[in-house]
Amino acid sequence: MDLLSRYRNLTVLVLVIFAQVILLGYQVKSNQDIRLIRVWAVTAVTPIAKLIETVRSGAVDSLGKYINLHNLADENKRLEAERGRLKIENQYLRSELRSADRAVALSAFQAHSPSKTLPSRVIGMSTAASSRVVFIDRGSMAGVVRGMAAITPDGIVGKVIAAYPTASQVLLLTDPTFAAGVISQQHRVRGTLRGLGQTSKCIVDYIQNEEKVDVGEWFYTTGDDGVFPRGLPVGTVTSAQPGQQDKLVYVAPSGLQGGMEEVLVILEGVHQAIPEGQVPSSAVHLQAPPPDESPSPEPGVPALSTDADRMRQRYQRIGEAEGHTFGQGLPGSKPPDFNLDPDAAAARAKAAAAAQAQKPAAAAKPVSPGVPNP
Amino acid sequence: MSRDLSDQILIGSARERGVARFRRWGLVAVPLLAILFQVYVPRYYESLRYLELPLLVTVYFALMRRSPIAGIFIGAAIGLVQDSLSPQPIGVFGLDKTLVGYFAASVGMRIDVEHVLIRFVLAFGLFIFHQAFYWALAQAFLGQRLLFDLQHVAILGLLNATVGISLYHFLDKLKE
Repeated sequence: MDLLSRYRNLTVLVLVIFAQVILLGYQVKSNQDIRLIRVWAVTAVTPIAKLIETVRSGAVDSLGKYINLHNLADENKRLEAERGRLKIENQYLRSELRSADRAVALSAFQAHSPSKTLPSRVIGMSTAASSRVVFIDRGSMAGVVRGMAAITPDGIVGKVIAAYPTASQVLLLTDPTFAAGVISQQHRVRGTLRGLGQTSKCIVDYIQNEEKVDVGEWFYTTGDDGVFPRGLPVGTVTSAQPGQQDKLVYVAPSGLQGGMEEVLVILEGVHQAIPEGQVPSSAVHLQAPPPDESPSPEPGVPALSTDADRMRQRYQRIGEAEGHTFGQGLPGSKPPDFNLDPDAAAARAKAAAAAQAQKPAAAAKPVSPGVPNP
Repeated sequence: MSRDLSDQILIGSARERGVARFRRWGLVAVPLLAILFQVYVPRYYESLRYLELPLLVTVYFALMRRSPIAGIFIGAAIGLVQDSLSPQPIGVFGLDKTLVGYFAASVGMRIDVEHVLIRFVLAFGLFIFHQAFYWALAQAFLGQRLLFDLQHVAILGLLNATVGISLYHFLDKLKE
């Protein structure tokens, strides 16, 4: 006992260290979080951060109004001050315009997006300098739960890693521990997006050297990771080089390019098709293609097409001729007749329609679509 | 000359070991503001991410309290709150700052911590220790492969120590 009181400082140090090591070891081993401590800390800090943000934006607004209304007496002073005022006003209006553009874009995107989203504001960052995590001002009280995706109209931003009553933590896609399944638009190459700790670029892992990826090509989410719905833009390829094991494909994340003041949290995601050949938000002007001098043999069929394209086109026309919609119909129902000549069927259908037009009495009777036998 | 300097730096007697007392609100508000600064300000000034105000505040209070036990608890509390606001498991910053608080308080018992040069050297040294120990903990407990560039850390240490001197000057005014 005397020994303990003699080395009281060291004893307390060892006890506190030991308690924290046990706490840390428990979390790492069980992969469980000590949520209560986090809830207290986040609930204590984020409302203050939110308040500061509100005060800041209000102060900027008031300052702008004050400068606009300020009346100067002296002519020289007035002119000189006006110059400064206009400069600041210009900056202020630019900032307002940018935020208005962002708000309009965000609400337009939210209205058109098939997914159910929740707009939220970024109010702070994580305390660990090595991680890329931000706090948003919506938490579990607003319906946010862990694992939800955070996006902007330009692309994905990150995923919710913790939801507290009044705020949530979003792991940005630039964090080294972030991962999401992605697919390239043009060559349909699949990989896993990973952060590098840098704002401007991420890497796409697990792409073999033999796979083809072009610089400038867009990557989209695959929807396989269970976080992001399929078809959300991720970013464009800035560099693609062969590596030792896999191809080194670097992507500039599009979601972070326009600053990140507001984000949308996807409450209910809807998978979308990955657009073919369209480049979203592209600032590059593309000249219209020159007129085709050798017209394609059939209208609507591109001059350059593969066997698969031609077969698909044929099946589509057969389906139209027989009044069949692909993808519908129960198992066991009658399939369309793929041996049918779609041109002949179309001609017969046209002739039948003309004959019906000549017989008005017959028009009152229901007409079944002309499906000839092979 | 060197004798004079050492006399200035070292505490000669128990009489000189004055324990600084702070206003209670200051003990709570200053660490909270330091953490809030780390959460909020880097949003607008990315480079200020590397300003470790919670560490500087830990060092200051531990130095001025001149009690290793107080240093341990101040460091642990600030570190644990910092952990709670980061995505990593709770305890990494806690362990790190517990040791920083203990060392700072132990040093504070022996030397004159009012001296600007001493404060600068301590803030610099403890920043290097903090970063190195964080790196070791992240490797050992979390399996994270973080880069430890001593030159980079040393430059950040100098910047933090410089900021620390001004901050400590301001915090001295909170003493009762």
